[in-house]
Amino acid sequence: MNWTLALPEIVLAVSGLVILLGGVIPKRETFFPVCMAVIGMLILTAALVLGEPEGTAFMGQFVSDGFARFAKVLILLGAALSLVLALDFNERAGTARFEYPVLLLFATLGMLVMVSANDLMTLYVGLELTSLSLYILAAFDRDNPRSAEAGLKYFVLGALASGLLLYGASLVYGFAGTTNFDRLADGLSGDSVSMGLVLGLVFVVAGLAFKISAVPFHMWTPDVYEGAPTPVTAFFATAPKVAALALLVRVLAGPFGDLAAQWQQVIWFTSAGSMILGSFAALNQRNIKRLMAYSSIGHVGYALMGLAVVSDSGLRGLLVYLAIYVVMNLGAFAVIVAMRRQGRALEQVEDLAGLGRTDPAMALWMAVFMFSMAGIPPLAGFFGKLYVFLAAVQGGFWVLALIGIATSVVGSYYYLRIVKVMYFDAPTGALDPRTPGLTAVMAVSGLLTLLFFLMPAPLIAAATSAIASIAG
Amino acid sequence: MNAAGFPLLSLVTFLPLAGAAIILTIRGEAEVVARNARWAALWASLITFALSLLLWLRFDIENGDFQFVEQAEWFGEFGIGYHMGVDGISMLFILLSTLLTPLCILASWESVRDRVREYMIAFLVLESMMIGMFAALDFVLFYVFFEAVLIPMFLIIGVWGGARRVYAAFKFFLYTLAGSVLMLLAILAMWYTAGTTDIPTLMETDFPRDMQFWLFLAFMASFAVKVPMWPVHTWLPDAHVEAPTAGSVILAGVLLKMGAYGYLRFSLPMLPQASVDFAPLIFALSVIAIVYTSLVAFAQEDMKKLIAYSSVAHMGIVTLGIFTFNVQGISGALFTMLSHGVISGALFLCVGVLYDRVHTREIARYGGIAKIMPAYAMIFMLFTMASVALPGTAGFPGELLVIVGAFKVNPWVALGAALGMILGAAYMLWLYRRVAFGKITRDDLRALLDLSPREYAIFAPLILLTLWMGIYPSSFLNVFEASVTALVARHEAALGAARLAGM
Repeated sequence: MNWTLALPEIVLAVSGLVILLGGVIPKRETFFPVCMAVIGMLILTAALVLGEPEGTAFMGQFVSDGFARFAKVLILLGAALSLVLALDFNERAGTARFEYPVLLLFATLGMLVMVSANDLMTLYVGLELTSLSLYILAAFDRDNPRSAEAGLKYFVLGALASGLLLYGASLVYGFAGTTNFDRLADGLSGDSVSMGLVLGLVFVVAGLAFKISAVPFHMWTPDVYEGAPTPVTAFFATAPKVAALALLVRVLAGPFGDLAAQWQQVIWFTSAGSMILGSFAALNQRNIKRLMAYSSIGHVGYALMGLAVVSDSGLRGLLVYLAIYVVMNLGAFAVIVAMRRQGRALEQVEDLAGLGRTDPAMALWMAVFMFSMAGIPPLAGFFGKLYVFLAAVQGGFWVLALIGIATSVVGSYYYLRIVKVMYFDAPTGALDPRTPGLTAVMAVSGLLTLLFFLMPAPLIAAATSAIASIAG
Repeated sequence: MNAAGFPLLSLVTFLPLAGAAIILTIRGEAEVVARNARWAALWASLITFALSLLLWLRFDIENGDFQFVEQAEWFGEFGIGYHMGVDGISMLFILLSTLLTPLCILASWESVRDRVREYMIAFLVLESMMIGMFAALDFVLFYVFFEAVLIPMFLIIGVWGGARRVYAAFKFFLYTLAGSVLMLLAILAMWYTAGTTDIPTLMETDFPRDMQFWLFLAFMASFAVKVPMWPVHTWLPDAHVEAPTAGSVILAGVLLKMGAYGYLRFSLPMLPQASVDFAPLIFALSVIAIVYTSLVAFAQEDMKKLIAYSSVAHMGIVTLGIFTFNVQGISGALFTMLSHGVISGALFLCVGVLYDRVHTREIARYGGIAKIMPAYAMIFMLFTMASVALPGTAGFPGELLVIVGAFKVNPWVALGAALGMILGAAYMLWLYRRVAFGKITRDDLRALLDLSPREYAIFAPLILLTLWMGIYPSSFLNVFEASVTALVARHEAALGAARLAGM
């Protein structure tokens, strides 16, 4: 029993409980100090994650390896930065309550458990902890009907997806006799697969596809992204995506690795569908949060391309893509959070008109994120695409690669439209001054996106070694 | 490594970026910022030009290989490295880029008053990307520069362009992007097959013939849009008309050369078999481009549009020359690319001079300019003559060589190219007659001032070059002779090997 392998999770869980107590006891509102404490704990956890040895714990239910470390650091980064986005936003929206950071902490905890899951039970526990926290976060601005609607919608559909997943897990258990990933991997070999097991696998994949909002389980995404408070949307678009995608990779490439022939087509269609829908459906969106929702669906499609080709280089592409996606998405959401005029939050693309004149620095960062998402070199987004396309070409997945490049041209249209609105259109009025926190998030992710090409090697090497631990 | 071990090429490439970074830090009142931005941009581009002259001086013309080579780690173990170098084919394009950029900055000195700082930054970034593209010896590095050019150009057209600038900017961006991404897939396939994206290594690699077929098509999708070849040229007139004068100069002067350069650098040496197989198609498209766009040019009422269509025709001569696979044809194509860079750039500047004064480019709006602005009319005439390839001007040697090269391959193709020259003479002279001669019908034209000292300074180097290239073309032909000879020899050797293997 090597419980120290779960030390980061344990520390985060205990500190979450302590912070919760600390938030309740004082008579005044403790939003800001609690936020700071949570950010501090997230950073501390990230440090612990980096120092974690490899191995399995809790009778094989929990695994710590390079892959988990990579995903966890990304999740913690996404969570911490999206909490920074909420600092000022929640004050102004009247939702500055200390439950917000605590819920975010528990959601993050669930994600850490998800990526370290080595058993269908651990997987489910982590997933539910995350999902329940996220449902509440989506509805956190409870007096706002849109937010409440988003929370309810997310909850109803999410519960359905969880049910599917649980049903699939029970089928897998029934036909394979175990829920442990290692024993599943040992027991399964490609030649004799029972139909029930494949059915169970499909249900598990469907449940996870819902969490990453991949086509055809994406329907909730635009509504929830639009309705939820913007910092929550930023959080949704980053950390949970990484966690669920990492989980999907772990489940499919690990225990079900020998069944690749069975799930490959499913992922292929999901990937192609997400890319196509993500690019075409976003073309006519006027609400920038909805647009980002479709954009995130598209990005999941590109990332899934790395999984669909079933190769180490594909998985490496997926991880590189995810890391870059998280950074540029956080930056873009920092800009969206900063869209405010006379204290009112704005959400229309047109509200950015003339930003190139009224706030050149913010416009420049937003342009960097948009060109990067469109995959234009030398920005980071291009290199993410480069690695997944490389894997697709290596595996001979020409159709998927062609769909990918066609949709990236289509998609570049709506990213360019935002640049056009910012630079080509006349200003309709200046935005309110942004807070230092937002500026910092923009600048950090902007610089990472802009200058990634100078030092690409560390990220590529990290992704390569992360993949080695699950593929080996 | 070059002799001194000094990264001259990288310095030339990234110096404009450093200039852009400096301009970014300028603070103060709008007027001060604009003035400082102009001067900083001018100095950055002039120093870059001076350094690139050093490149020319130290270039060994006897050597057909890559020179000033620099290599560094970039992506670790994946066969992508930072690899820069120039040979005779690319060196002069770097000079063309570094020459045209300061001229563009000078040309925008007074005409751009809005967001001057951003404008100068965009131009310097653009310059950096153009130079990098010609100097890159790694395919992924090349692609990065090749695509990155789109960002500043998109902004230049979209922010400082004319009435339909948004449409033109989007059309330009999406057209080029759609072509380029197909090339990206081809690059990835080559990377996977050869295990590296190093250009000199890829030139030595034999790709299977059916693979060459697809690779060539993918490259063509990208380069044909850039050149642009008929029928994917339609973005060019829109982009030219809407772009500000300096944007048009760079677009016609350098960006159009990127496609033809791509054919020369990649398609020909790496895919010799497919190049031969596709040559008839390229010839057909080129001849159509030459004749069709020349006829279309006749019908234009907008000066910029007319010159834009003439660019398509000239680029048709270039692609035709490249696919003759002989020294004359390729040298001619290279020379035409350089001379067209100078001449069409100068012609757009000429249009810009009138546009700055009258604010219209409609041909019918002018007439009798020769009486009002004699010096200007003189200069405009020189470039018109150069554009119709009058002997003694820059346009002539290149087109002659292409026709000679084409004649070796197929007389009918040569006829097509020659037809282009005749039609070109017709529409350019007609344009000149309508603008410069005739009665002065509009009173507002009488008040026009002739060229200012700044404008003289812009035109002087271009006039000098046009005459130099026309009178003594050897100083330029010498530069790429060794490289072109090597290219042709390698191409023939590759074909010979393929024939042997087929027997």
